[in-house]
Amino acid sequence: MTDATLTSAPAGRATRRGIVRVALRGLLYLLLALFVAYYILPLFVMAVTSLKSLDEIRAGSLMSLPDSASLVSWATAWSSACAGIQCEGLQPFFWNSVKMVVPAVFLSTFLGAVNGYALSHWRFRGANLIFALMLFGCFIPFQVVLLPMARTLGLLGLAGSLGGLVLVHVVYGLGFTTLFFRNYYVTIPVELVKAAKIDGAGFFTIFFRIFLPLSPPIIVVTVIWQFTQIWNDFLFGVSFSQAGTQPVTVALNNIVNSTTGVKEYNVDMAAAIIAGLPTLIVYVLAGKYFIRGLTAGSVKG
Amino acid sequence: MKRSVLASLTLIAGLGAGTALAEPQAEVLHWWTSGGEARAVQTLMDEFQSNGGKWVDMPVAGGGGDAAMQALRARVLSGNAPTAVQLKGPSIQEWYEEGVLADLSGVGKVEKWDLLLPAAIAGHMKCGGKYCAAPVNVHRVNWIWANTAVLARAGVSIPTSWDEFNTAAVKLKALGITPLAHGGQAWQDATVFESVVLGIGGPAFYRKALVDLDPAALNSATMVKVFDQMRTLRGFVDSNFSGREWNLATAMVINGEAAFQIMGDWAKGEFTAAGKTPGKDYQCNPTPGAGFLYNVDSFAMFKVSGADREAGQKLLAKLIVGENFQKTFNLAKGSIPARLGTPLGEFDYCARRSAYDMDVAASSGTLLPSYAHGMALRGQQAGAITDLVTQHFNSDMSSAQAAKSLADAVANSR
Amino acid sequence: MSGWLTRNIPKIVVAPSLAAVLFFVYGFIVWTGYVSLTRSRIMPRYDFDGFGQYVKLFRTPRWDVAMENLFVFGLLFIAVSIALGLLLAVLLDQRIRAEGAIRTIYLYPMALSFIVTGTAWKWILNPGLGIESVVRSWGWESFSFDWLVDPEMAIYTVVIAGVWQASGFVMALFLAGLRSVDQEVIKAAMVDGINLPRIYVSIVIPSLSPVFLSAVIVLAHLAIKSFDLVIALTGGGPGYATDLPATYMYAMAFSRGDLGQAAASATVMMMTVAAIIVPYLYSELRPRHD
Repeated sequence: MTDATLTSAPAGRATRRGIVRVALRGLLYLLLALFVAYYILPLFVMAVTSLKSLDEIRAGSLMSLPDSASLVSWATAWSSACAGIQCEGLQPFFWNSVKMVVPAVFLSTFLGAVNGYALSHWRFRGANLIFALMLFGCFIPFQVVLLPMARTLGLLGLAGSLGGLVLVHVVYGLGFTTLFFRNYYVTIPVELVKAAKIDGAGFFTIFFRIFLPLSPPIIVVTVIWQFTQIWNDFLFGVSFSQAGTQPVTVALNNIVNSTTGVKEYNVDMAAAIIAGLPTLIVYVLAGKYFIRGLTAGSVKG
Repeated sequence: MKRSVLASLTLIAGLGAGTALAEPQAEVLHWWTSGGEARAVQTLMDEFQSNGGKWVDMPVAGGGGDAAMQALRARVLSGNAPTAVQLKGPSIQEWYEEGVLADLSGVGKVEKWDLLLPAAIAGHMKCGGKYCAAPVNVHRVNWIWANTAVLARAGVSIPTSWDEFNTAAVKLKALGITPLAHGGQAWQDATVFESVVLGIGGPAFYRKALVDLDPAALNSATMVKVFDQMRTLRGFVDSNFSGREWNLATAMVINGEAAFQIMGDWAKGEFTAAGKTPGKDYQCNPTPGAGFLYNVDSFAMFKVSGADREAGQKLLAKLIVGENFQKTFNLAKGSIPARLGTPLGEFDYCARRSAYDMDVAASSGTLLPSYAHGMALRGQQAGAITDLVTQHFNSDMSSAQAAKSLADAVANSR
Repeated sequence: MSGWLTRNIPKIVVAPSLAAVLFFVYGFIVWTGYVSLTRSRIMPRYDFDGFGQYVKLFRTPRWDVAMENLFVFGLLFIAVSIALGLLLAVLLDQRIRAEGAIRTIYLYPMALSFIVTGTAWKWILNPGLGIESVVRSWGWESFSFDWLVDPEMAIYTVVIAGVWQASGFVMALFLAGLRSVDQEVIKAAMVDGINLPRIYVSIVIPSLSPVFLSAVIVLAHLAIKSFDLVIALTGGGPGYATDLPATYMYAMAFSRGDLGQAAASATVMMMTVAAIIVPYLYSELRPRHD
């Protein structure tokens, strides 16, 4: 696209231009490679450390490749690392996270879609104020809400349950999901809705027949965003869980954050990668759609 | 829409709730998640279960218990308090004042805790004159650990005063050895600070300054000297100390990179894990000066409903102070039993020395609570002091300024 | 369906979410504001006590450091993330081979929390283990990179790690923006003989202004909530040199048992946020739709 200039050089000084062009391209790739190094470094350190033995970690350099790679630490981190007394690894906590994240992402995405639709195409009085109120809610530091939320969950009978965690994540995800969908839907022509209304279609018919089929790009963006936020959350997870409902981030913290004893860095690193793997996979697999979804309208403030 | 959401949420919650059991049951919130500590708690769980109890483990590590305290507040506010919680020192009284602790005086009476616990420790376990917590151990905080071979190579001996320490440190430094292995985290700075206060000011001054918070003692010529010594110590740590975990500092002493470390007796676990023998490979001695700074871990019992949980609390409290647990737990953790008369035959030299020193200190009035480990002061005051101490240690603040700011910070924290 | 129901369906649909936000966000802000006027210690108490917590807060040197850090960190974090994100987007927009792979590498940090990457970052920035020691082992003996342990510089390491996490996401936003720029305008400019950098500076980038706003919103939100980042990287140290308001508040609430003080700091924090966000929301929503 925009680099079309680079190929449209006048014929006369083609050779010199060609050299400059190759040099520029080389510089471009060099720059890109440097940044690749910056971004990949922490993950690289984590990966090589997780494959080394403890002796090698103590003796060797941080960034050197392992002498003999071993997946023992990964197995330990998954199924037998000790988080407290129980030595079941991350496994049970991992499934807790899955049980929490699936309904929470689904509900917050669905509510965001309906809200965004109602706020963008059924402009009633106060719609913008409502949207502003929801949006400002995105900025509330979560530490502020921990204690009143705890009381509320107690009153609702949801204290310490996965249901409580789902509720918390849905509530504090609403601002962003509504923002994403509203900004996407404002780009859909008003005429479409008007025509449908004339045909006698109601609120939900229009939503399910017209808007939802147009939504996959923004659904992808929202799901990725919410999935990442909720999967990675530690603050809510540690506050609103109890034995048996702790999410994987809390277990990871228990494994990594030892106050005494010999630190098993290789297991720590393997555990960290395992805990981060689902979001990592989502980004790697769906990254393309993520950018496409953003292009499809959500970036328009 | 919303209604059905809530309904389904409640359904999910219902599935997780489980069924009521008539056996003694305890959900235990603690932050002992690693190696030796986890093994130590394991001994308690095993004993609890062999007595017919059901143990539900609720570990929350991080920030020296901060994350656990966060979880605890949320749990208490939501009316879903854990059965037993790792709590200590004045914070036990703070929770008592909120009216959420259970009464253990029944167990205390049957088990004769008044006779089995040292008076100073029993004081921490009582709320309004009644037992509300059970002590598991006594850590001594003011230890100085040393690598025997390194000391021999430099020709220095264990210092008995801070001046001697400084002389020795200069010698070590000249040989390219880091004199003091230290981790630059606020609580570690505070640990060194309180040992220096005790050593330079003496036990009476320590009590006045860090227990009674006497403004005259906080902003005194003695305190200026204490900060002078802290500044001197700053010159004896390596340049890379900031943010280091304490166990990595211990590792520096173990492998001979550094000569000394000032740390509580949990450091022993690191030496043991590295296969080192006390008295031979490494030395454990009190920091220069007289006095014994203690850090007592304990479990407080929260008010819970249900006969099974109440039975669980009583059983747990009884087992914690029991001789068997006090011995096995402390052998694993490196501390000494809180229970008087526990046979120490299987304990190592350092633990026996600690127990002996504690007896002496108790009878001479120099058995003092550690401020750095939350035994002497409530959170706000201890925190205000630690902020100032770590700020001084990590800047070029003058000693006189530090002493004055210390008094101001304490006044502001009330 | 009756006529009333048909007319009001949009409102009924939004109502539960609005109610939830009003209660769980604004209700809780009011609650926090009230608690800041009490002497709550380890648990909330509701006896009114005036503005003592605020007097105490503004007398605490550590709070000054935290607020100063928020401004230094927030400004640098937002500015550098945007600059880097834009640069990377422009570079990636030059028909790069393996664009997909490179883009994924730039983007993945956003997928990981600092609970996961914190330890690795700590090692990399630690002079004795990380970059400094590695470069020295390559033979450059005088190389020095010890910001992590320098009270004056430590906050900048927090910026480095923060930028690492967020700039890829900003890159994605800009890349999406670049891909939706009208190609006809660019072709017309090229026909006029304007060179490529000029086209970017005077045509393409100005057309991305909505993206800048989205990026600022997302980044401001991340900056204000930065908490895991500091805890994982420096724990607030050396001393309390890298404390942020969020970590200050957390320390007061959960390690000091001083809820009143925590609530006061939270209230000041919320007011700071409001001072920045409300004018933005107002200008964004007012003229276009009302």
